[in-house]
Amino acid sequence: MTLTEQRPAPTEPSSSITANRMTRVQVGAVGLVAVAVGALSWLSSGSPNWARWIVVTLVTYCVGIYIVARIVEGRRQALDRLMLALVTSAFALVVMPLASVIWTVIERGTNRFDAEFFTETMRGVTGEGGGIYHAIVGTLIVTGLATLMSVPFGLFTAIYLAEYGHGTKLAKAIQAMVDVMTGIPSIVAGLFAYAMFELIFGPGTRSGIAGAVALTVLMTPVVVRSSEEMLRLVPNELREASYALGVPKWKTIVKVVLPTAIAGIITGVVLAIARVIGETAPLLVTAGLAQGVNWNPFDGRMTTLPVFTYYQYVQPGVPPSNGQDRAWAAALVLIIIVMVLFTLARILAHVLKPKGLR
Amino acid sequence: MTITDTPPGGDTIAAPTETTSKLGDRIFGGISLGAGILILVTLAAVALFLFVEAWPTFGAEPSTFNESFSSYVAPLLFGTIWAAFLALLLALPLAVAVALFVSHYAPKRLAVSFGYFIDLLAAIPSVVFGLWGIAVLAPILSRSVYPWLEDNLGFLPFFAGPASTSGRTMMTVAVVLAVMILPIITAISREVFLQTPRLHEEASLALGATKWEMIRQAVLPYGRSGVISGAMLGLGRALGETMAVAIILSPANIITVNVISNQNPNTIAANIALKFPESAGLNVNRLIATGLVLFFVTFIVNALARRIANAGFSGADG
Repeated sequence: MTLTEQRPAPTEPSSSITANRMTRVQVGAVGLVAVAVGALSWLSSGSPNWARWIVVTLVTYCVGIYIVARIVEGRRQALDRLMLALVTSAFALVVMPLASVIWTVIERGTNRFDAEFFTETMRGVTGEGGGIYHAIVGTLIVTGLATLMSVPFGLFTAIYLAEYGHGTKLAKAIQAMVDVMTGIPSIVAGLFAYAMFELIFGPGTRSGIAGAVALTVLMTPVVVRSSEEMLRLVPNELREASYALGVPKWKTIVKVVLPTAIAGIITGVVLAIARVIGETAPLLVTAGLAQGVNWNPFDGRMTTLPVFTYYQYVQPGVPPSNGQDRAWAAALVLIIIVMVLFTLARILAHVLKPKGLR
Repeated sequence: MTITDTPPGGDTIAAPTETTSKLGDRIFGGISLGAGILILVTLAAVALFLFVEAWPTFGAEPSTFNESFSSYVAPLLFGTIWAAFLALLLALPLAVAVALFVSHYAPKRLAVSFGYFIDLLAAIPSVVFGLWGIAVLAPILSRSVYPWLEDNLGFLPFFAGPASTSGRTMMTVAVVLAVMILPIITAISREVFLQTPRLHEEASLALGATKWEMIRQAVLPYGRSGVISGAMLGLGRALGETMAVAIILSPANIITVNVISNQNPNTIAANIALKFPESAGLNVNRLIATGLVLFFVTFIVNALARRIANAGFSGADG
């Protein structure tokens, strides 16, 4: 009786649970004040300064909400609100540079995002014009070779780790070394490939295949890790059912385990390609830079997109705007490739999943 | 689909081909084992080839270079660790906050797309970050941040100046590296935060904890080892990061903690990228020797990360 009489309308902040709580309107008011203070910070200078506006607003809001909540709600609630504000503004702060990266690349990259850019090479080009045809060819060859080498290599290692050597000392050692390989700096992988080909073919060698070897060193551990994880997700019942039917182990792996895990494995491979396709440093020291198309990975320098981007920016020629435009456009192409690979991985993961597990 | 393709009379497959199956098993198992061993061989080859190529540096006549190898590599090593340390200092708190935001604060539906966005950013090539750093970030910092730091905090050795007008400083590099390693640390932290047992969280809330108190009591202790190993992985990546540093930094052969001037210690990786294409003879060997040093540094960092991760997770599982 008394309880129901005392219960107020939901909007009225007087029950014991909602007492001394800030309403949404009050929180919004603190936010508005913060935005206004942020605006004041650049109004005196005349021109809008978006970065300063956002930063000052966030700082003011954090301080303001803490003080107001401290007075209205008490210490614990104030701290809670402060942390919510801090975590959210950290997110906003992080999104700013990342959004700026993408926006800058799109804005400047579209200056030279034309048909000529994709069909021409840099042979004989000093000023305007020129394109990335040779770099696209180089990237496709080098990354393709690296994929051809690292996928069987990585997949069989994963099969060993998950199916054959599970729990053995050797498997543990291999796993540890795969972890170490994941951490190899890309430039060190490049130096390794350079050193190997120099010892075989003599000093100063540059070739596409050396670049592919460097990328293989970087790509294999990624493939191993993702494939192993996927193989382990395959339910043991499937294997046992297959053994019970008298199917030998290798056929069980080929016909039962791999098809079940194939979606995850292919997704992992595509993500690994996305990771290495933008590698610059190892290709800089192994494949080098050429002005024209080179179809032969075993002979001579071969330009790839990231290396092209780097050189067009640091050695843009005269006037520098031509080279820089090419650099930004090539960077845009790189980002688009990475995004396409990412989306592709998502789609493949969905499409290829066996029906029972979808 | 393939699973159900297996005919009901499975023994008809295995029985007549038993000898070939055994052979098949041996070949298939052998290939797998070989691939596994090849991993060990590859890693050994990386160390071996680098060592063989680096060796002539140490055997060279003292007059070949102006300075000994240790005095050549010391500023580079310092620069490498200094840049990576600063980047981690900037990135770690932000990464943990963003991971918490995605795992515990953001609306569920948005959280998935944020997670996807962050994963995507981890794959943006470093050369793109380098271009952005030199073309966008460096001018902003040198215009509005560095002069202010020099005027107001110049008494600290870090901001002693003179402030660079081009923005090609250690601090710009650190900010760019921080932006680059943020997605990695965030991704790993988010994973462990999401794995926090629901019962722990609910127990904390049931005792009257606010959301932040719940996070401090349940989520952070559970995710600590994951965050640390994520941070170490980010540190490893920052140590080996090449192109962004090579594009942005204006290097000099010195050791200094001043982060806003034009005179900066270079990093090992960037030094290799800048000098390698134009080097020949013993200079190449010396650069490879510095690469070997970098290899060992990252090796140690990664080994530490793995040890922390293993220790932490086994504790959490038990």
